[in-house]
Amino acid sequence: MLFLLKITGRNLWALLLAALLLPVLTGCGTEWNDPYPSSERGSNRLYTSFSERPKHLDPAIAYSNNEIVFLAQIYEPPLQYHYLKRPYTLIPATLEGQPDVRFYDKTGRPLAESAPSDQVARTVYRMKLRDDIRYQPHPAFSLNADGTSRYMNLDASQARAVQGANGPMALPEPGTRSLKAQDYVYQIKRLAHPAVQSPIFVMMAEHIQGLKILSEDIKTRSDAQPGAWIDLDPLPLSGAVAIDDHTLEITLEGKYPQFIYWLAMNFFAPVPREVDQFYGQPALRRSNVSIDTWPVGTGPYMMVHNNPNSRIELARNPNFHDERYPCEGEPGDAAAGLLVDCDARLPLVDGVVFSREKESLPYWNKFLQGYYDESGISSDSFDQAIRVTVSGDVNVSPAMAEQGIRLQTAVRTSVYYMGFNLLDSVVGGKTPEEQRRAKLLRQALSIALDQEEFISIFLNGRGHPGMGPIPPGIFGYLPGQAGINPVVYTWKNGAPQRRSLNEAKALLAQAGWPDGRDRRSGKPLVLNLDTTSGGLGDKSTMDWMSRQLNQLGIQLVVRSTDFNRFQEKLRKGSAQLYFLGWNADYPDPENFFFLLYGPEGKVAHGGENTANYSNPEFDRLFRVMKNMPNGPARQQVIDSMLKLVREDAPWIYWFYPKTYVLRHGWLQNLKLNNVANNTLKYQRMDADRREAMRKSWNRPLLWPFGFLIAGILALLWPALRAYRSRADLDAFGQRVRKS
Amino acid sequence: MLRYLFRRLLYAIPILIGVNLITFALFFMVNSPDDMARMQLGVKRVTPDAIQQWKAARGYDKPLFINEKAEGVQKLTHTIFYEKSMTLFAGEFGRSEDGREIGQEIRQRMGPSLAIAVPTFVIGLGLTVSLALMLVLFRGTWLDRTGVVISVTLMSISSLFFIIGGQFVFARVLKLVPISGYESNPWTAWHFLILPVAVSLVAGIGGSTRWYRTIFLEEIGRDYVRTARAKGLSETRVLFGHVLRNGLIPILTGVVVVIPSLFLGSLLVESFFGIPGLGSYTIDAIAAQDFAVVRAMVFLGSVLYLVGLILTDLSYTLVDPRIRLK
Repeated sequence: MLFLLKITGRNLWALLLAALLLPVLTGCGTEWNDPYPSSERGSNRLYTSFSERPKHLDPAIAYSNNEIVFLAQIYEPPLQYHYLKRPYTLIPATLEGQPDVRFYDKTGRPLAESAPSDQVARTVYRMKLRDDIRYQPHPAFSLNADGTSRYMNLDASQARAVQGANGPMALPEPGTRSLKAQDYVYQIKRLAHPAVQSPIFVMMAEHIQGLKILSEDIKTRSDAQPGAWIDLDPLPLSGAVAIDDHTLEITLEGKYPQFIYWLAMNFFAPVPREVDQFYGQPALRRSNVSIDTWPVGTGPYMMVHNNPNSRIELARNPNFHDERYPCEGEPGDAAAGLLVDCDARLPLVDGVVFSREKESLPYWNKFLQGYYDESGISSDSFDQAIRVTVSGDVNVSPAMAEQGIRLQTAVRTSVYYMGFNLLDSVVGGKTPEEQRRAKLLRQALSIALDQEEFISIFLNGRGHPGMGPIPPGIFGYLPGQAGINPVVYTWKNGAPQRRSLNEAKALLAQAGWPDGRDRRSGKPLVLNLDTTSGGLGDKSTMDWMSRQLNQLGIQLVVRSTDFNRFQEKLRKGSAQLYFLGWNADYPDPENFFFLLYGPEGKVAHGGENTANYSNPEFDRLFRVMKNMPNGPARQQVIDSMLKLVREDAPWIYWFYPKTYVLRHGWLQNLKLNNVANNTLKYQRMDADRREAMRKSWNRPLLWPFGFLIAGILALLWPALRAYRSRADLDAFGQRVRKS
Repeated sequence: MLRYLFRRLLYAIPILIGVNLITFALFFMVNSPDDMARMQLGVKRVTPDAIQQWKAARGYDKPLFINEKAEGVQKLTHTIFYEKSMTLFAGEFGRSEDGREIGQEIRQRMGPSLAIAVPTFVIGLGLTVSLALMLVLFRGTWLDRTGVVISVTLMSISSLFFIIGGQFVFARVLKLVPISGYESNPWTAWHFLILPVAVSLVAGIGGSTRWYRTIFLEEIGRDYVRTARAKGLSETRVLFGHVLRNGLIPILTGVVVVIPSLFLGSLLVESFFGIPGLGSYTIDAIAAQDFAVVRAMVFLGSVLYLVGLILTDLSYTLVDPRIRLK
């Protein structure tokens, strides 16, 4: 810093001039803010982000969206969802056709598909695998000339090599092999491994024949040899058998029609025995290299770089089988350009780069600079990105449109609700009379809490008011007048109209709380909302809630707590009102109605029915409905169930969230899909256009920087003068020289 | 001096045990092993059996401090506290709750943290000392007063403002550097480091400059400075040759102690700039209730802090010949 003090006046002016010329000299350079290596420029890769590092990439464990987004591109379960068709339709992924499903009674006699579920003793799914499916290149498949595995006993240098971000892919000479039915069997056995701790094991053990026995067998063996790798191949499992290399048979106890949807999830993806054995090596486990970090599949992409703290990269699997882009979809798909790539071989992009963005601001700005191809919209950026017209149409803002950014929206197959704990004496009631009053109270609250206003204020309109537990896109949901919740809405002028506050007050009075006060004691009605919220935004939400209930004279107490205590309250049944949501595992009404099924009661059975709702008629209908195929008969049962839960109001059906996604014009074939996750193989990229746009949007702007330098130098000039005059002083502060 | 060092190392053991104990108590006051299991297993379809299995697989099915069912010394050793916390003294960080080797993670993340922290520390120290000396050189003038005002202003602004402002101006508007990101190779990651280092420098420059200025001002009024000037030394030599050297002792107190802690990274900067360092590792672990990582990072932080304190003591002997460690 102090070297500047030796600069003479003439030199200083030269420096100032240079600073001003710097922008001119360097302003014609390429983009300096490119966060990707220069070697990737112009490549046919898709760039996207992730905010939370995936905890698990083991297909037997991963259950969160932030994990499945990677796995779905790498693994192939037997079935998948059609990319374009709605309602969601299952199609073969690695199978030659749909599974052959057969039903048998307890004597082994075949039954018709329509046979009552209590007669069905077992269901057999027989699946024929395609014979052209091969695994990605991976060292686990690499063989020596004598047929032994090349990398099953890694030496020290090999163990070091896999410690980098390229993991096992750093090992030279990877191998591959064909997909076999035994690989699916092996993975189903892994679900039972106590050390794997699959979240669906307990549920699947109730359905897949022999899975529980297998789990006990594995536990005995692993207790005998703690930490040792256990070969699951020789262990018998009657519920999953490879008839031959390309025929898989899964046997379920009883009837469970929803099982077909599980066959499209990562839990049922194939895991070869040699991969499990390869990753069982202690040297790899010590280096955090395992099937939980380095998935191995037959899908369109394979993981080639895994630094879950900053970047995960998938590259095209060179062994991916022949799969084509669909040629049919919904009406309107052709007009939207979604059928342009009909019959094109998948995947359409060479790779996918996921960069970790923990904060929304850098993520949003990078999207605007063209470094991400698509983006969600945070509340902070909503006004900048979206314009809502007077007629309610939603589109991108002019600035976004100028950049060629497009908006896509879809209602998610999710429901958010405000639950009432029906074990509570006020909102649930103990005696029949208390229960009658509590039901009226819940109905009054359902009317008074205005979801439309909530969605408008707090969600920027990104949601649909809830009409029942089933969201749009799931069989059983009815749009229009037939689908409204008559307890809360009437149908007027072709649209649902919320019932008036007076009706809510009347219900409240019938419930024994006229003007929000106990008819007998005169004490005010105080309701407690248990929540995990705490931030400023949440406070405004709670203030809004309080104001809404104040209209009925009800006082709301917000009991804010942390997530663990909140869950504990639900488990113990000490919550009164609470907010929760549910994302569909699969597109079937059973996956939503089970949240209100009596035997799923949270307090009594530790299930997912947090409201502890129990209605024998509803439970009976649920058991009937869950085993029915979609059709008018099932719809009739669903309508009856909806009538019950709307009347009983164990939840206030808050809203069905709506996803808004922005994409740049160079990204094609994007159609939002709330159920399928293996959608990246359908995306197409105009890499040249992206490159050109990135260049034009990201020219470095240097002239203000030049002025900044000039400003600093200008400030130093008087400093220099002051220094020189001070240097002329003697020890007593007297000037001894003339400048 | 060796006896002194040995004694200090012995003192460190009860301190570290105490830190472990407090971390353990605080963590399990807020979270139970059941909570941890639920956090790791997710919220969907979590059964009591699954929770029990998760705890058993990780040793969280044991009592916290005293195992009444065990015999002899195992009453203490077959407990969560002993198995999870005391093993740290043997250098065993263990595995995070999601099954990853913590030692390996720390080794991987240390580089990115140091890539930010070392340049920030070295350049920052040089810059703030130079600026403080410059203000002392111009003491009493408008330059000095302006410098102090700017320092106080910089001190008063939240570092979050510098981060967001820096990202907006230099990465978004001027497009000079990437907004966030990192490359595994620190030698090619320099363009990701410019902005976070610059922001860290600006955020820290005000407080340090003002503090060092105060130290140097105290020195500049002393007799030896007047003597130096009387000898005919230039002002620059007076400042660098005499004032700086004598002002180093209090500076070292604040500076040397933080050197070992540089490994731990910066929580905010790493998070906003997408630097995969140890700071963001700690934040993620706290959010995920990953006790294994939290205790490892707290233990590591304590060890590094104690090492910093010992280094500070040693550095006194280097800059001040009057000081002897006994």
